[in-house]
Amino acid sequence: MSHSAEDTDPGLPAGDDGETRRDFLTLATAALGVGGAALAVWPLIDSMNPAADTLALSTIEVDVKGVKPGQRITVKWRGKPVFIDHRTPEQIEKAQADDAAGLPDPQADKDRVKKPEWLVLVGVCTHLGCVPLGQKPSQPRGEFGGWFCPCHGSHYDFSGRIRKGPAPTNLEVPQYQFLNETTLRIG
Amino acid sequence: MTAPSEPTRAAPTEGSPGMIGKAKDWIDYRMPIFSFMEHELHEYPTPKNLNYWWNFGSLAGIILVIMIATGIVLAMNYTPHIDHAFNSVERIMRDVNYGWLIRYIHMNGASMFFLVVYIHIFRGLYFGSYKPPRELLWWLGIVILLLMMMTAFMGYVLPWGQMSFWGATVITNLFSAIPWVGDAIVTWLWGGFAVDNPTLQRFFSLHYLLPFVIVGVVVLHLWALHVHGSNNPLGIDRKSEKDSIPFHPYYTIKDLYGLGVFLIFYMAIVFFAPNALGEPDNYIPANPLVTPAHIVPEWYLLPFYAILRSITFDIWFIEAKLLGVIAMFASIFILFLLPWLDFSKVRSARFRPIYKQLFWVFLVDCILLGLVGAKAPNDKVFPGIDNFEYVQLGQITTAYYFFHFLILMPLLAKFEPTRPLPESISEPVLGNRAEAGE
Repeated sequence: MSHSAEDTDPGLPAGDDGETRRDFLTLATAALGVGGAALAVWPLIDSMNPAADTLALSTIEVDVKGVKPGQRITVKWRGKPVFIDHRTPEQIEKAQADDAAGLPDPQADKDRVKKPEWLVLVGVCTHLGCVPLGQKPSQPRGEFGGWFCPCHGSHYDFSGRIRKGPAPTNLEVPQYQFLNETTLRIG
Repeated sequence: MTAPSEPTRAAPTEGSPGMIGKAKDWIDYRMPIFSFMEHELHEYPTPKNLNYWWNFGSLAGIILVIMIATGIVLAMNYTPHIDHAFNSVERIMRDVNYGWLIRYIHMNGASMFFLVVYIHIFRGLYFGSYKPPRELLWWLGIVILLLMMMTAFMGYVLPWGQMSFWGATVITNLFSAIPWVGDAIVTWLWGGFAVDNPTLQRFFSLHYLLPFVIVGVVVLHLWALHVHGSNNPLGIDRKSEKDSIPFHPYYTIKDLYGLGVFLIFYMAIVFFAPNALGEPDNYIPANPLVTPAHIVPEWYLLPFYAILRSITFDIWFIEAKLLGVIAMFASIFILFLLPWLDFSKVRSARFRPIYKQLFWVFLVDCILLGLVGAKAPNDKVFPGIDNFEYVQLGQITTAYYFFHFLILMPLLAKFEPTRPLPESISEPVLGNRAEAGE
């Protein structure tokens, strides 16, 4: 912002370093303008964040009384599928045994469940967001028996952990709690 | 707009080439955008005597940007369907982050846009900005006004309240006055047999489109402006460099100051009286079976609405309904003819003693027309006088509106004794200073 001596208005007193009152005013005006514009634009940007009614829908309750061991159900939460898997004792045992199997994203099975027989996962592949297969008995479940993502071939195990393929992390466990023995609140 | 600059022309950097300067030069040589901006926004010679009435053009441009920015965000949350439109607007007001603010800025922005543009137009009327060589500039401005009216009308329909619905019904029914094909045209406008979902959807589509058409015409308006430059309060041409100052920084800073003052006014309405200019009935969902007791358009259309309703009599075989529509459209289209109706060589009212008075009479006439438009036709103007109703005041003021343009302007142009014009813009400016002993 420094003007050369020639184009400095002779009517304006220049300091020792050649800076003038006009330089200060120009900078101050520009700063005020940029700050004001940013404040004015913020409501427009923030309006694109989730609205209050959208946020209000971010909790659901699920009754899992009818889900037998070995069955999996899918519920919709925040527009995404949530997998609820009623695991069998063998599956739990296998999942716990694989804690030491050299996992790409190491995590113990007990840290991924609240009750060992109930596994709750966000059913979105951590690679690029496809929904992995395996919720229905007729679908492929991959090499590790959990889920298999058809988009780019990620294999998940009985704990929903990534074992093979491009996905970088395990299937996400959403926040949830058991309201009673058979009712889950997700979110 | 500018001739391609010669290759050696330096980009307008502050003397130091540097990296940024070189990049500017590189771009400017291939597409002289920096030269263009330098030419049109910085050195652009502007009359040095512009007063604050010349702030309103740039203000209008800024409001257009505000309207488009807020409108784009509103459209993200709005649903153009008769079952959802009203509720989606209420959702914007209650649930969307800052939705209330964005909608109130947009809603009152329409009023502010018209307020600023009307001042801009009356500025042009007072100082003769429509006279040669600025007729095309004036025409383009009228086109913008017409586009604004269409856009505002269709925007008002979108919330799908009672006033939205019945305003849309009344205005589209204007076209039924056209002989023979009127009903077919109205059905075509509606896309059905009443204002209904197809109407709402096409109004939404056009309400989104037209502002960008306005932007295009504004570009033409500015292009036409920059050929001969701004008119000025003296209404005389610039004769030497002494009459001009560069646009930047002198008028950029003045426009910014005006913007600050204007935004205080605008935001005071947005924050403290956001519904003062609206109709409460529009917060009642549209009901095609019940018409509100009193339908009025937004304030900025009231004078034209008054002219529409003032024609209550047939002339020969032409029905009053059609005449009213013709009069309403004529009241705007007559502005196109103004450069020829007022052929006086003197632009500024400062040197036209009679026109200077009649300008204010005309302004009062327009305000009275607005008042008439807001009232029920058969209300009494003065409580004690029974046989003077608003419809009669509307007829008088409508007649005067056209009398002003069609009779007074040509007569004044021919017979008005004008005061002598100054030699140049700098003469009276410096002359007054000298008299004041500065």
